[in-house]
Amino acid sequence: MKSREMKNTIAFFLLSIGLVVMLFPFFWMVLSAFKSQKDVYAYPPIWFPKLWQFENFKKVFDLVPFGRYYFNSILVSVLSTIGQIGVSVLAAYSLARLRFPFKKFIYTFILSTMLMPFVVTMIPTFLIISSFKWIDTYQGLIVPFLFNGFSIIFLVPFFESIPRDLQDAARIDGCGYFKILFAVILSNSRSALSTITLFSFLGHWRNYLWPLIATNTTEMRTLPIGLKYLISEGGSEYHLLMAASLMAIIPVLVLYIFMEKQFIKSVTMTGIK
Amino acid sequence: MMKRRSLVKYNKKETMVAYICLLPALTFAFIFVVIPLINVFYLSLTNWDLIKTSKKFIGLQNYKYIFSDAKFTKSIVNTLLFAGVKIPADLVLSLCIAMLLDRKIWVRRFFRASYFAPVVLPMVAATLIWIWIYDPTFGPLNQILELFGLSPVKWLYDPKWAMFSVILFSLWKGLGYNIVIFLAGLQAIPDTYSEAARIDGANDRQIFFKITLPLLSPIVNFVVLMGIINSFKIFTQISVMTPEGGPLYSTGVMVFYIYQQAFEKFKIGRASAAAVILFLMVLALTGVQKKLGKKHIHYM
Repeated sequence: MKSREMKNTIAFFLLSIGLVVMLFPFFWMVLSAFKSQKDVYAYPPIWFPKLWQFENFKKVFDLVPFGRYYFNSILVSVLSTIGQIGVSVLAAYSLARLRFPFKKFIYTFILSTMLMPFVVTMIPTFLIISSFKWIDTYQGLIVPFLFNGFSIIFLVPFFESIPRDLQDAARIDGCGYFKILFAVILSNSRSALSTITLFSFLGHWRNYLWPLIATNTTEMRTLPIGLKYLISEGGSEYHLLMAASLMAIIPVLVLYIFMEKQFIKSVTMTGIK
Repeated sequence: MMKRRSLVKYNKKETMVAYICLLPALTFAFIFVVIPLINVFYLSLTNWDLIKTSKKFIGLQNYKYIFSDAKFTKSIVNTLLFAGVKIPADLVLSLCIAMLLDRKIWVRRFFRASYFAPVVLPMVAATLIWIWIYDPTFGPLNQILELFGLSPVKWLYDPKWAMFSVILFSLWKGLGYNIVIFLAGLQAIPDTYSEAARIDGANDRQIFFKITLPLLSPIVNFVVLMGIINSFKIFTQISVMTPEGGPLYSTGVMVFYIYQQAFEKFKIGRASAAAVILFLMVLALTGVQKKLGKKHIHYM
């Protein structure tokens, strides 16, 4: 028993060292976001700001339309998530609960789309979107992502696991197919739905490659693209870059601190079933 | 009984409802997956650039071109280098940390939450922090090196170190994901297994290699498969940290090459050829991995 306690102490010690490495970039970002330009380019580097510069945050807004980036990111992520979940729920309901010809074939097809990296279809997708004249529009950023094989395949087993008896009882009560979907299936798979919603939202929020090529004007940039261009447009002034990063990170971090359990659960649910 | 059931005709209304429900998904899949996939093969055989109005069929010339382009072959090497270093390092580190976290230690949940925190950060914002951490003159990393009496490194500006810097950042960013997955796997293994082995005289090493690791093998398979697919997709951190593909193209990966050809040089045909090669490589590698992995794997 003694040796187990010893081992636990060593484990704690090792984890603490790792913790410092994992959290250091966070501290560095927060401290730097408040530094003045002089502190940033001081040699040897200074760890703590001499004078806390709160106007760094204001300067970011003066430099680029940061509020607009934020608005675009929220709008695109929310609409993409709602659309994607809607499309996925309908498809998963059909695959999980209904009998129809070619079901297995369709399931296999959707499953196989998951293995394909987006970059393979990116160029033709770009050409399709430009032929719709959708470059630099919100629909151009949203519509290509409404189909997501993973979120359909993820929902199927959860829908399947709901007892048939519930569905039969609802049918006897006179419920149609769509009533059953809402009253029986969806209301009994809240945990799976919230997991896939979180997962899909974060996916859209961090999307980078597509908005990089599908937007041209500053007004249509999402947060990740805005941050990328801030490097060239902000003259790589690190304190402003850090202030901008901090502002981009805070909502996600706050969400994470309050919903940590849900985040961890969604990883284990989506990773291993 | 079962046989008779399968002979029963499909309910007409049910079939109709099923197809109505599948319609949106299949329509979008058709427009944004099936057609583009066919089209990328076709485009790779044409000489189209976005400026020209006509495209001509030129056979395999694009493939000939990219394979004689030193940048393309280098991008394959760089992608494989990224995968070859990152996947094993990620596997070993995350498994070790997960095993430490599997013990009953103080503030365990705080540890787990902190190791996972970088995963939730937006990639570009996280990249910006590390660009500064890596800054050769003003960055804190070189300062720390000097503290230990080591000579400073030019990180992202040194062709020898640039890829390593990107890998180190990517490890920090993604480690928590695999830790959480391994931890869930470890917690699913009943304690009785290792206790029984201990009574039979097994030591820690034997327990790890004979019990823990074999029981975790489906998860290891999953982590490796995801690692392969994700390595071929890597782009964001490359594009932000090293906008030109790094010194001497030392961080130019395949997606970066495709992006440059298509959207900086407007060579749609060549970019499509490179995308086809990437597709075939992912297909081949996941096929090999599936053959090697004995147990069932879940994709995501």
